[in-house]
Amino acid sequence: MSLNVELPPTRTLPPEKPLRLLDNAGHAVTGRDTGGFALPDLATLVELYRRMVIARRFDVQVTALTRQGRLATYPSALGQEACEIGAVSALDADDWLFPTYRESVALLTRGIDPAEILVSFRGDWHNGYDQRAHRTAAQATPLATQALHAVGLGHAARLRHDPIATLAFLGDGATSEGDAHEAFNFAAVWQTPTVFLVQNNQYAISVPLSRQTHARTLADKAVGYGMPGYHVDGNDVAAVYAVTRAAVERARAGLGPTFIEGVTYRVESHTNSDDPTRYRQQREVEHWKRRDPIERLEKYLVSEGALGDALREEITEAAEALAARTRAAMSAEAEISPLELFDHVYASPRRQLAEQRERLAAELAAELEPSGAER
Amino acid sequence: MSALAEAAPAPEASTAPGPVTMAAALNRALRDAMAEDDRVVVYGEDVGPLGGVFRVTDGLQAEFGDERIWDSPLAESGIVGTAVGMAMYGLRPVVEMQFDAFSYPAFEQIVSHVAKMRNRTKGRLQLPMVIRIPCAGAIGGVEHHSDSSEAYWTATPGLTVVTPSNPADAYSMLREAIASDDPVVFMEPKSRYWAKAELALPVTTAPMDRALVLREGTDVTLLAYGPTVKTALDAADAAASEDLSIEVIDLRSLSPFDDETVSASVRKTSRAAVIHEAAQFGGYGAEVAARVTERNFHWLAEPVLRIAGFDIPYPSPKLESFHLPTADRVLHALAGWNWDLA
Repeated sequence: MSLNVELPPTRTLPPEKPLRLLDNAGHAVTGRDTGGFALPDLATLVELYRRMVIARRFDVQVTALTRQGRLATYPSALGQEACEIGAVSALDADDWLFPTYRESVALLTRGIDPAEILVSFRGDWHNGYDQRAHRTAAQATPLATQALHAVGLGHAARLRHDPIATLAFLGDGATSEGDAHEAFNFAAVWQTPTVFLVQNNQYAISVPLSRQTHARTLADKAVGYGMPGYHVDGNDVAAVYAVTRAAVERARAGLGPTFIEGVTYRVESHTNSDDPTRYRQQREVEHWKRRDPIERLEKYLVSEGALGDALREEITEAAEALAARTRAAMSAEAEISPLELFDHVYASPRRQLAEQRERLAAELAAELEPSGAER
Repeated sequence: MSALAEAAPAPEASTAPGPVTMAAALNRALRDAMAEDDRVVVYGEDVGPLGGVFRVTDGLQAEFGDERIWDSPLAESGIVGTAVGMAMYGLRPVVEMQFDAFSYPAFEQIVSHVAKMRNRTKGRLQLPMVIRIPCAGAIGGVEHHSDSSEAYWTATPGLTVVTPSNPADAYSMLREAIASDDPVVFMEPKSRYWAKAELALPVTTAPMDRALVLREGTDVTLLAYGPTVKTALDAADAAASEDLSIEVIDLRSLSPFDDETVSASVRKTSRAAVIHEAAQFGGYGAEVAARVTERNFHWLAEPVLRIAGFDIPYPSPKLESFHLPTADRVLHALAGWNWDLA
């Protein structure tokens, strides 16, 4: 292994031990395990902590609202906050984010309103935020498809000489999809400014990682495409942030794509309708709960004297305020308009849809007639 | 994105009338669109130095450089998926699928994203992109080179699906497709690539969402598109000598469907048949027959006929002539109606 240390990262497999800057006890890591990355400054770490605490509160709140029937479904990211918040916090405002359905807390960190994030899960429409204003694509459901969009948009920006990066989130299961491989390859061949953040949360619904890949790490795949690959402790927000920030800067400087695997764990079920007791042991869940990304950073910040009672209280208040706002938004009646079904399908109006719209309008008008009307 | 606004329209030098193939007309349409709008980019497999396996992109890389037209890795889902991202950013990608059956790896991107993006984002992200698909058979192609896959695309709300049958339409419709803010599946009948027409380019024909009456008649309406338009015209020629007057309509746009033009013709002739190369069962002709019947039942003297390929996988080169609808097969089918009632 030592022979390869001097080679550029595109030519070497990443160390099997994940790169980390803070260990699980909240101590700063030194030496080889840091991969040469420096711990972000305290102000940055405090901000990451704030964002993770708020994200956790939001996630728990939405799961509760879903159990109460306010939402149709919700894929929780509990336990994955370091990956989601660390990576998104590394983006600049003009970069583009390509999330999947599990990235609600990443979207929150991107500055998107909770009510808009949850439009799709409540079932009001397929997506609810302004993609252009937030430079964030609509949440993708078909796995890995959004990675190609991130590559294409990044390439378009490059052709226009706009120095931006694109960040695509994928899961461990998605790395088995053809589109993932095509995206990695196109990005490397075209040298697009794309960062692939693979959250290896150990399960694709019920199927464990061992049934998705025979590779040593998912980050190993990067070598075959000719791009740098990083195998990162995905519960260490300092590491995720530092590595992603470096990848974003590389991308923005025109140095091409980067593959980052964040090793983490999906503490909750896949969605509220999943039953994880059928495929995993509770002691495994407990093992990972002891590696909680928020507690780890908290220990470090406390030991550095950067997290006092006043700050803690302020963050808790902000988190509770967001939870209250989310509850209120999900309690409000959804504004749906049946006739809007026809309004956005095509830019060029179609007579066929206009006719169907009229039919539905007539049905709706008939329903509004006073009871006792002829049926 | 400021560079986009500065793109000045390039003057379109018109050429003197002369024989123009469909492939050349498509090439010229791409060239003129690229010259006029620097947001138009072209990529796919072998479209660069080779000029495409059908030479539709011949000379374009030399003229525009490899930042406007380039060879991509060989992966169709990747080609369409990256085009989605480029269109999101404001470019107008025109991608080539090389052969109909090779578009299938891109099926998910086309159906789940290209078709749905505008709707799922309430119009905030539209995808002005064109997916060019050389389609259909009768070129002696080996397996997987002759499919007619239009029904997959027309069954997908959100897509616009058009197919030219002649060089003038090929030019005009491709220009319109590239200028459209909606994604367009542009199906190019391979067997017509080398057919010539006397033409001066540029040319503007009817809007691409309209069907056109190519030949007027009084007894039968033949509805054809792409490669079968010639079959229909041949049938009409042959029928004329037997005193049967056939009206031929080139549908041009498969989605949307031009009910107005088709219904007007059917109400005049009271007999209609639709011709396509694709298998009959569940094919596009089923939609045409149902639609024409629903709207014109009381004007019809006979059920709408479908004259189509057999319900089999596309045959190998030495057997394809038995599969494809011919003018003879069309006339034989029409003869099966009860003409005594006419």
